[in-house]
Amino acid sequence: MKKSKYRATAITIFLLLTLYFLAPLLIGEKPAFISEKIWPGKLKLGLDLQGGSQIDLYVDLTDVPQKEQDSAVKSALEVIRNRIDYFGVAEPSIQLVGENKIVIQLPGLDDHERAKELIGKTALLEFKLVLTPEETKTVINRLDAYLEKNIDLYNMTHLKDSSNTPLEILEDSLESNDKNNYFSMLVKSDMGRYYVAKEDKEDLKTLLADSVFAANIPSGYQIAFGREDKQDSFGDTPIYFLNNKAELEGKYLSESSVRISGDSDFRNANKPYISLKFNREGSRIFERVTGSNINRSLAIVLDNTVYVAPNIQDRIRGGEAQITGQFTLEECNDLVIVLKAGNLPAPVNIGKTSSIGPSLGADSIRSGLMAGIFGVLLVVLFIIIYYKASGVNAAIALSLNIGFIFAALTAFNATLTLPGIAGIILTIGMAVDANVLIFERIREELRAGKTIRNAIDNGFSRATVTILDSNITTLITAAILYQFGTGAIRGFAVTLSVGILSSMFTSIVVSNAIFDNFVTNKNRDKLSI
Amino acid sequence: MQLFKDTNFDFMGVRKICYFISIALILIGFISIAAHKGIKYNIDFTGGLMLQVELEGVKVEQLRTVLSDIGFKDAEIQQITNEDKEIFILKTVSTENAGDHIKEALRTTFPEATKGRFVIQEEEVGPKAGFELRNQAIKAVLIAIIFILIYIWIRFKFSWGISAAVALLHDTLLTIGMLSILNIEIGMTVLAALLTIVGYSINDTIVIFDRIRDDIKIYRKEDEYRIFNRSINSTLSRTAITSITTLVADLALLIWGGPVIRDFALTLLIGIIIGTYSSVFIASSLVLDTVVAYKNKSKKK
Repeated sequence: MKKSKYRATAITIFLLLTLYFLAPLLIGEKPAFISEKIWPGKLKLGLDLQGGSQIDLYVDLTDVPQKEQDSAVKSALEVIRNRIDYFGVAEPSIQLVGENKIVIQLPGLDDHERAKELIGKTALLEFKLVLTPEETKTVINRLDAYLEKNIDLYNMTHLKDSSNTPLEILEDSLESNDKNNYFSMLVKSDMGRYYVAKEDKEDLKTLLADSVFAANIPSGYQIAFGREDKQDSFGDTPIYFLNNKAELEGKYLSESSVRISGDSDFRNANKPYISLKFNREGSRIFERVTGSNINRSLAIVLDNTVYVAPNIQDRIRGGEAQITGQFTLEECNDLVIVLKAGNLPAPVNIGKTSSIGPSLGADSIRSGLMAGIFGVLLVVLFIIIYYKASGVNAAIALSLNIGFIFAALTAFNATLTLPGIAGIILTIGMAVDANVLIFERIREELRAGKTIRNAIDNGFSRATVTILDSNITTLITAAILYQFGTGAIRGFAVTLSVGILSSMFTSIVVSNAIFDNFVTNKNRDKLSI
Repeated sequence: MQLFKDTNFDFMGVRKICYFISIALILIGFISIAAHKGIKYNIDFTGGLMLQVELEGVKVEQLRTVLSDIGFKDAEIQQITNEDKEIFILKTVSTENAGDHIKEALRTTFPEATKGRFVIQEEEVGPKAGFELRNQAIKAVLIAIIFILIYIWIRFKFSWGISAAVALLHDTLLTIGMLSILNIEIGMTVLAALLTIVGYSINDTIVIFDRIRDDIKIYRKEDEYRIFNRSINSTLSRTAITSITTLVADLALLIWGGPVIRDFALTLLIGIIIGTYSSVFIASSLVLDTVVAYKNKSKKK
């Protein structure tokens, strides 16, 4: 009796879970009394079934030598493919069109803004030394001197706006001060740190983009923006004066992952940060750089933005570093994705986004569904003819199975495509196998003269070993396909595993329960099998 | 109702013939691949031609008919839906003059819509999947075979694992050869079908292995030859019924599934037949031969 109690509980949970995840498919719209949080998402459909959006990307090849252009585009394609893969978009389509255009199609329409941002990142990670105060002073003086002579060349909107006076008057009034430190006005300093005010940021950007201005930065040095501190109410952006030369680059990274800090400092407690680990060569360089630059700052620069510039306190062995900051967990995850997927060999410009219809016509979808329904009906018909009343038992198990496969695909957030539907139909054909194994064993036992009760029990227990052995090997296949495959192969592996697991459950547990009730309740002397 | 009742086929007696047939078929497949100048991949792997056209008042279904009438059955047709105009993206394999051919057909079928400049863009398009995906699939299958070998080694014996692995390789190679003979190009869906075959075939083989293991314990005094035959005969009903139900589902896909699923269903049809054949005629035979060879060797000593 105890066994049947466990079984009843298991079957009830199984049915409830299935109904829960299938609710959006069965009911359609979310009823008002159910909270948004617990309502499961609808089963996602792939590009072929429902369309999605298309993003055009252009690889900017202006700075890439003629000979390397081909390979640059190819590796850009590879990096973008990896990023979207890590991002977890199932069944995307990523294709190179013409010379340097990459067309990405993503199913559905949600979250694509985030995907776009992710795709656009160059992900060039560099470690650069921050200039000493003396060096910084030299740079600032040089730029002040240049701007004093050439301020007319630049349309410094804000410097004008802030004084609310035409430039000539401004110059007149400044002349009396005998020195005009325009650059120092733009980049303010505070306790050894530099920043630019929100309203001046555009002006500084314009200046830095100007090649004549940039030529006045002493060679070997550069000016970089830091990351905006979103909690800073003034909206200032930190400015860093750096060595041009990167001490260490992203190619030496062996690992990057998101961690949550356990820092007792309230500002950093439970904040996500990114942990970096270098390979052996990178660790050696890191040790040398930190060892010979104690008390200086080392900036971690990603895509020309300084994320953090910690002070080097000591020589660091072991090759580990952290990128901290006021990140959200989502930002951290996205950063790790771009770090893992590698950097783009050339900048990528995002072109237009269009929404696209399904790549298969309504006719193909209809015929796919038709085939599915017919396939299932034929299988059911066949087993009922062959196994009679026991065949009905198998048919019940099969229907539960179908429901469970769709429920599990919803739960795993899988994307259903037409080949996916075909795979499910096939799994259904194969799922009957477990029932067949059991029924054939029961028949053999009956032929050997056993009672119905014994035949059923022996049949189930002997077939269970076979079912486990044969299905575990198939599960191994599925697990390896999942582990080593990407995109489409993974989706297929998920469908396959779900089909196998649910067919094992329905045949071994559900069918057995049906038999038990049927036989014990009615005390039959004949089994229709 | 019962398909095979108390059959007593001598499966082991025909094993040499089966080895010969299998090797011959694999060779024929390889010759076909060589004659086709390698394995043929479809647009998913090779890339092709992309045409972007604006056709007022035309529907996707109409376009599909036109393209399939002039031989582009696998063409992918998508409509851009956020514009007021009817703009379509057509992707197809780029055979010689494919672009001109399609444009010509569009002009004759839709003379109204093609009056002006209806081709917005015509460009070569790269592969969707790229060969890394194919290589990954090959690598995954090989690793899977190794793990299956280890599992069978643990649950049964090492030589059984080797036999199952050889049978799996046999199925995959034979199916790929058959695809070449039937002129089916390998794309993403066919790749998925090939992976399914690996899973299906191993399942079938294990069921028979399992029975042999049982029977060896029950009929200790009989020689392996008879035990193997008995086991295969007693599981024959199950083998047949499972193959039939899977084939029924697959035939439904083949008949009603439409052109897009046809290659997938056809590959599976071939694979299911080959997988069933190898489970019955090849995998256990290989085990028997290794067992007998091992016995002879120890006798000589």
